Amino acid sequence: MARKMECIAMLLAGGQGSRLGVLTKNIAKPAVPYGGKYRIIDFPLSNCVNSGISTVGILTQYQPLELNDYIGNGQAWDLDRSNGGVHMLSPYQQIKGMEWYKGTANAIYQNINFIDRYNPDYVAVLSGDHIYKMDYNKMLDYHKQNNAACTIAMLEVPWEEASRFGLMVLNDDNSIAKFEEKPKNPSSNKASMGVYIFTWSKLRKYLIDDENNPDSSNDFGHDVIPAMHSAGERMFAYLFDGYWKDVGTIDSLWEANLDLLNPKVDLDLSDNTWKIYSKTPIAPPQYVSASANLQNSMVAEGSQIYGEVDYSVLFHNVTVKDGATVRYSIVMPGAVIEEGADVEYAIVAENAVIKKGAKIGKRPEDVTDREEWGVAVVGPDVTIEEGAEVAPKAMIGKEEE
Amino acid sequence: MTGKNIVGIIFSNAYDECIPELTGLRTMGSVPFACRYRLIDFPLSNMVNAGIEKVGVITKANYQSLMDHLGTGKPWDLSRKTGGLFLLPPFLTADANGNGDKLESLKGIKDFVSRSTEEYVILSDSNSIFNVDIEELMDFHTEKNADITIAYKHGIAPKLNDTLVMKLDGYKKINYVAVNPQIDGEVDYSLNLMLMKKSLLERLMNEAVSLNHTDFGADIIQKNVSKLNMFGFPLKGYARTIDSIQTYFKANMDLLDTENCAHLFNSERPIYTKIKDDMPATYGLSSSIKNSLVANGCIIEGEVENSIIFRDVRIEKGAVVKNSIIMQESFIAQGTSLNNAIIDKNVVITPNKTLSGAENYPIYVGKGIVV
Repeated sequence: MARKMECIAMLLAGGQGSRLGVLTKNIAKPAVPYGGKYRIIDFPLSNCVNSGISTVGILTQYQPLELNDYIGNGQAWDLDRSNGGVHMLSPYQQIKGMEWYKGTANAIYQNINFIDRYNPDYVAVLSGDHIYKMDYNKMLDYHKQNNAACTIAMLEVPWEEASRFGLMVLNDDNSIAKFEEKPKNPSSNKASMGVYIFTWSKLRKYLIDDENNPDSSNDFGHDVIPAMHSAGERMFAYLFDGYWKDVGTIDSLWEANLDLLNPKVDLDLSDNTWKIYSKTPIAPPQYVSASANLQNSMVAEGSQIYGEVDYSVLFHNVTVKDGATVRYSIVMPGAVIEEGADVEYAIVAENAVIKKGAKIGKRPEDVTDREEWGVAVVGPDVTIEEGAEVAPKAMIGKEEE
Repeated sequence: MTGKNIVGIIFSNAYDECIPELTGLRTMGSVPFACRYRLIDFPLSNMVNAGIEKVGVITKANYQSLMDHLGTGKPWDLSRKTGGLFLLPPFLTADANGNGDKLESLKGIKDFVSRSTEEYVILSDSNSIFNVDIEELMDFHTEKNADITIAYKHGIAPKLNDTLVMKLDGYKKINYVAVNPQIDGEVDYSLNLMLMKKSLLERLMNEAVSLNHTDFGADIIQKNVSKLNMFGFPLKGYARTIDSIQTYFKANMDLLDTENCAHLFNSERPIYTKIKDDMPATYGLSSSIKNSLVANGCIIEGEVENSIIFRDVRIEKGAVVKNSIIMQESFIAQGTSLNNAIIDKNVVITPNKTLSGAENYPIYVGKGIVV
């Protein structure tokens, strides 16, 4: 029996993130590179460690290979522990047969045994695909003060975007009066961040009830949370007011990266008291040549800059050759932008090669039909031939061999 | 992997006196170099890249920063149940008060050597910077049937008090060794990376003890040159031995030559170092940066040219940094101009200061100083 833990975290990392297209063809969404050296999952994982939660189960299902490899024994996050630490939890075969995780709630249900080993009082259920820095410990204190069965982190979103989110209507004491799932006419702008803290004894019961309900889709948002609410459990909203971004689409992934260059955006990665940890590649310092023109950008180690880079995020080991320009773009690890190539408003994925004189993406001003404009995407390992053009909003993937 | 049969020994304090500014508070091995490394990363990574699984690091004094850097040896994959990294501080005996020669240091780790089960031992200093394939050196050693193989470089010899200058024949056999001779011009000099059988090292050490010898270069290498089969292994590519603050400065600047940089940091034999989990470097609006190496964690808003910028350095808008080395976590305020300067860690240069050294003699600002 493992040592008792007050609170453990279950991180949902099985999502495909299908709207990210070629970027998540071979990797799960939480493994998508972000911010010059991170992957999305580094944020919830680092939040756990910084909040003092040292037992984390990562639930994987879709393309887990890269994620398993990346997390390893958790050493990069100080989660290689004798007690607790990080555990990769994929669906497994049991005596009654084997089934995939049918939904977010079912994924936790299938790992009740794992959670019980630590006999926790509380379980944090986190989503692996959001960018934010948050102290879960403060949220746990709030949960305890309220003697709640479930606490949901929420933030206020602009009213015009509210209908894209799961919303909550609150009573005066911040207890939850009503849920609205992506309503047409929202009556609240308080959206769920996909961060939950449950009292384990309560959640355990509702997970089992949910599993026994043949009509359930076994999803937290759709089934378990409403069931708890209608049974009259104490449910509270925890107000969060920092930076939070769902990077579910190409445009939001692009935007979230460029947010790092905006001094007005409240996401400081240089804060030593709340570090975001990641598995660091072995790379020498970055070299900026005499011919380079580099400003307003973020560049990681091992990169070599000879051309012009403006308002962009460059990951490690990226090469921008002489006379190439990269503007308003995200260039992922190992990509090469050759001489005279032009990359604008684009995402160039890992190890892609943009050959001489190729043109990727366009400025929105240069497109006559604004509906046709979007961020251009060159997928992992793709080579764009000399002088070729990739239109805005286009997505180029590698052909199957 | 040949490395499994070799135990590595690194002298972290050797030649500290050559750069007293930088080693005032640290060992030669923990002197910061090339934006994100410490000098010991090079010999240590060379060994690890050849599959060596046991390395003893001999320390004598000021080794707090070295211990902090090396930790359990995890970044070099040397945190092991069997073998791994051994820090070897001096015993508090008469030995520790010796003149600090390598021979004294080796006497102090006699037990470490005798308990090692590896057949070979490789000795390295920390003040020479190069990337070498030790497996190739081992093959060379075997092929030549050598007793001792010493890596060497052709060029102007460093001015250490015991630089070994060698004469080799066409088969690379060493026929003659001079200790710190006063010669100008290019010679073949030792990089002090030496491979031999462990049993031979033990025998030579015992002899030295019984004869009351004290000088590694003169008594062990020079005296035995005709008795033992000594061969020189020519080092290909970049190498620089630090013998003064000027060569330290030059060695950093050498890396602005992309060919040197590509050789030293080749992906087949990477150089490992302690991980700091910094964000990528951030360049501000209208920052200008030319011909420079920059580490993660920096925020650069000013102008930087021909410089080496370490991790977490902040250069404000309106500051101008040229031909300089700025170490970790230093802060260069607006309106300040630096030229030919070495700025140690955690230094603050307040606004509108001008610090300028000579081209052949950089100005040095010590750790933690506020200017």
